[in-house]
Amino acid sequence: MRTGVFVCWCGLNIGGVVDVPRVVQEISGYPGVARAVDYRYMCSDPGQQLIKDTIREERLDSVVIAACSPGMHEATFQTVAESGGVNPYRCEIANIREQCSWPHQNEPGKATRKAVELIRAAVEKVRGDEALSALSIPVTRRALVIGAGIAGMQAALDIAEAGHEVVLVERLPHIGGHMAQLSETFPTLDCSQCILTPKTSEVGRHPRIRLVTNSEVESVSGYVGNFTVRIRRRATYVNWDLCTGCGLCTEKCPSKTPSAFERGLAKEPAVTIAFPQAVPHKPVIRAEACRHLTSGKCGVCEKACPVGAIDFEQQDLLLEEKVGAIVVATGYDLHPKAKVGEYGYGVYPDVIDGLEFERLNSASGPTQGEIRRPSDGKVPKEVVFIQCVGSRDQENGYPYCSKICCMYTAKHARLYKHKVPDGQPYVFYMDIRAGGKGYEEFVQEATDEGVLYLRGRVARVFQDGDRLVVFGVDTLSGKKVEIHADMVVLATAIVPASGAKELARTLKLATDRYGFFSEAHPKLRPVESLTRGIYIAGCAQAPKDIPDTVTQAGSAAAKVLALFSAERLSHSPTVAAVDEELCSGCGVCVEACAYDARTLDVRRRVAVVNDVLCEGCGTCAVACPNGATRQKNMARSQVLSMIDAVVG
Amino acid sequence: MVSSENRRKLLDISGEDVTSCYQCGKCSAGCAMAAMMDLLPHQVIRLVQLGQVEEALASRTIWLCASCLACSARCPRGVSLPNVMESLRVTLLRLGGRHLDPVRLPADVLENAPEQALVAGLRKYT
Ligand SMILES: Cc1cc2nc3c(=O)[nH]c(=O)nc-3n(C[C@H](O)[C@H](O)[C@H](O)COP(=O)(O)OP(=O)(O)OC[C@H]3O[C@@H](n4cnc5c(N)ncnc54)[C@H](O)[C@@H]3O)c2cc1C
Ligand code: SF4
Ligand code: SF4
Ligand code: SF4
Repeated sequence: MRTGVFVCWCGLNIGGVVDVPRVVQEISGYPGVARAVDYRYMCSDPGQQLIKDTIREERLDSVVIAACSPGMHEATFQTVAESGGVNPYRCEIANIREQCSWPHQNEPGKATRKAVELIRAAVEKVRGDEALSALSIPVTRRALVIGAGIAGMQAALDIAEAGHEVVLVERLPHIGGHMAQLSETFPTLDCSQCILTPKTSEVGRHPRIRLVTNSEVESVSGYVGNFTVRIRRRATYVNWDLCTGCGLCTEKCPSKTPSAFERGLAKEPAVTIAFPQAVPHKPVIRAEACRHLTSGKCGVCEKACPVGAIDFEQQDLLLEEKVGAIVVATGYDLHPKAKVGEYGYGVYPDVIDGLEFERLNSASGPTQGEIRRPSDGKVPKEVVFIQCVGSRDQENGYPYCSKICCMYTAKHARLYKHKVPDGQPYVFYMDIRAGGKGYEEFVQEATDEGVLYLRGRVARVFQDGDRLVVFGVDTLSGKKVEIHADMVVLATAIVPASGAKELARTLKLATDRYGFFSEAHPKLRPVESLTRGIYIAGCAQAPKDIPDTVTQAGSAAAKVLALFSAERLSHSPTVAAVDEELCSGCGVCVEACAYDARTLDVRRRVAVVNDVLCEGCGTCAVACPNGATRQKNMARSQVLSMIDAVVG
Repeated sequence: MVSSENRRKLLDISGEDVTSCYQCGKCSAGCAMAAMMDLLPHQVIRLVQLGQVEEALASRTIWLCASCLACSARCPRGVSLPNVMESLRVTLLRLGGRHLDPVRLPADVLENAPEQALVAGLRKYT
């Protein structure tokens, strides 16, 4: 074996702690090491050239790079090794930065010794490495987008416009997400429906977008380029192929219950089209509210429908789709105001949340856009807005900032002032976070228009007669304040959409502890998940406003398109392999594998590995009681000699 | 004068690291005694953060605080204000001469004050 060892200083990151020249000297004499050299920045162009030149000069057959984490530069150095003439799978990384110089900054002597040991172990590993070549897999050029808010719609449109088919799955009967509920939008105060409907109708009629609403993803199997998705389309009890969307059924239905779209501020019939601009413009029967479906009576809609589209017998439908990439865009919900006991126990009708305010201000909403309070329909003359409700509250809510509520509260206070010029809006805030193009100016205008900002949190809100008493503080004057208000609007925290954690489990994706989908890297890979071929966009990843959501959706679409542009995809060959002589066909490994990469060949009674599904995690190798499973380039013998190199 | 030394001294007594307080004022907003106080609870915390404890020690607030815990129950940052108030009182009491001496209490106070108030007073001022 002729191994070259390349030790990187990483400027002072490694070189400031580890005695690099000494490491080079010690490792030079190690069995199998043909040459050891150091360089200030091994990842730089001259560093890479040094590796290539040394491979040629020393006729190396393997290399060990002692540098930063393989997560950073393994791919770089594998490519360098390959272009120098060494098989890329005979290139090993010894991580002497994250696992050595950084954690042992105060013990340079010990760090130097550890660096030598880590490199020795890597030399032992590379000794046993086989020369492998990457696996090649086909790509299905079709995408699945989950969630049809502005994020999902934008991603679907961008992918479809580039010429690929998209299956767009939405849980609700209609598309548009929360944007459909907003009245006007910051920072320009344009009407949300007016900027949304061009998108929803484009999605609705796009020849390459298959819209599947009232549906949810039930299971996903496969891998990048080759996913199989099962979708459950819940029964709508209306045959949409026959239905013309005339709405006669919705007019006749006698069973009225609170509307989720109107956030409970208005009632809707059991057979309903949530709002006038809904796409698709077809009704669904809400089974729990329907008299016929709950007690077998009524059936008025069936008689009203001129085309016989009502179908009480309709069943859920299971669809199967094959796609190559998935975009998760399931958006957000609001922290339920009922959970903020001190601000009204969720019982005072005139304590509302931000989305309820949007509905009050909407021309198509329960008050036709007039600001009237829920309890008695009076126009409120004093309105208190409270920011950071549940946000930035590690003790009783969530420690994070919800990012958009400073802006939408300024918007609400202004819109209120525009509609009720003699009214007084008060805003309790802790800090104003208005970093965005035109955002600070927008907030300043609020104060110009007469919105009074008080810096402090509110302790309590309680009902006194027909008014709400707000106990707050103004920390700038150092005074406790008490305001008697007609209505209180809470800017409640943005939380992940209900069911996000379950969906994450179905997709085998990671979330943070709140349920927001985790990106592969917080700075450099913000729209990729850790699973290849699955991307995230919009509020499903973290709270954000519409401009950021649209940007991220476009970026996720670009990633999908890049994936679809390849003829075939490559997959790492360091996967598990079965020694059929030793395998007893017990199936323990099949159970152990988290990626469904193993099956049992019943006829031959041996386990088989699906190479492209195998992530090379090694669980099966540990689980196998017969030592029949081996991880390529991580064989038992390799691991044992690595340990010897460290402890011996 | 701003002093981190003073802040640490109080931390030793109270076990309460006030640096996490972000001055939202929710404690003051809900404090039942606030109307009587010269400094609001969040202002006391601010003075402690700055280590300007003389002003906090001289305030009526630390004696008026009823240790009702309404503030700490609501505090988004988990600051136990009553502990901080107690550490300030203890700082003064340790200087001596300020103890409540039951023997020297006026007879009408001893007779008329509710027992609970006496016990609470002795707990707080000794
Ligand atoms: C009160 C308020 C006012 C706002 N005002 C503004 C403003 O003026 N300007 C601005 O820029 N931003 C504003 N925003 C922010 C804006 O609403 C968001 O940026 C935007 O809606 C995010 O879009 P999204 O597609 O990521 O999520 P969403 O709009 O939440 O869409 C997600 C979609 O996914 C669907 N879904 C969820 N789970 C599943 C599942 N498991 N399967 C299938 N489908 C699923 C949902 O039904 C929904 O249709 C406001 C937010 C609030 C709360
Ligand atoms: S955006 Fe503003 S209101 Fe919302 S949590 Fe952050 S600071 Fe509070
Ligand atoms: S666990 Fe080992 S012996 Fe059992 S089926 Fe898997 S590879 Fe074969
Ligand atoms: S409630 Fe807590 S964080 Fe807010 S000012 Fe009071 S002590 Fe500080």
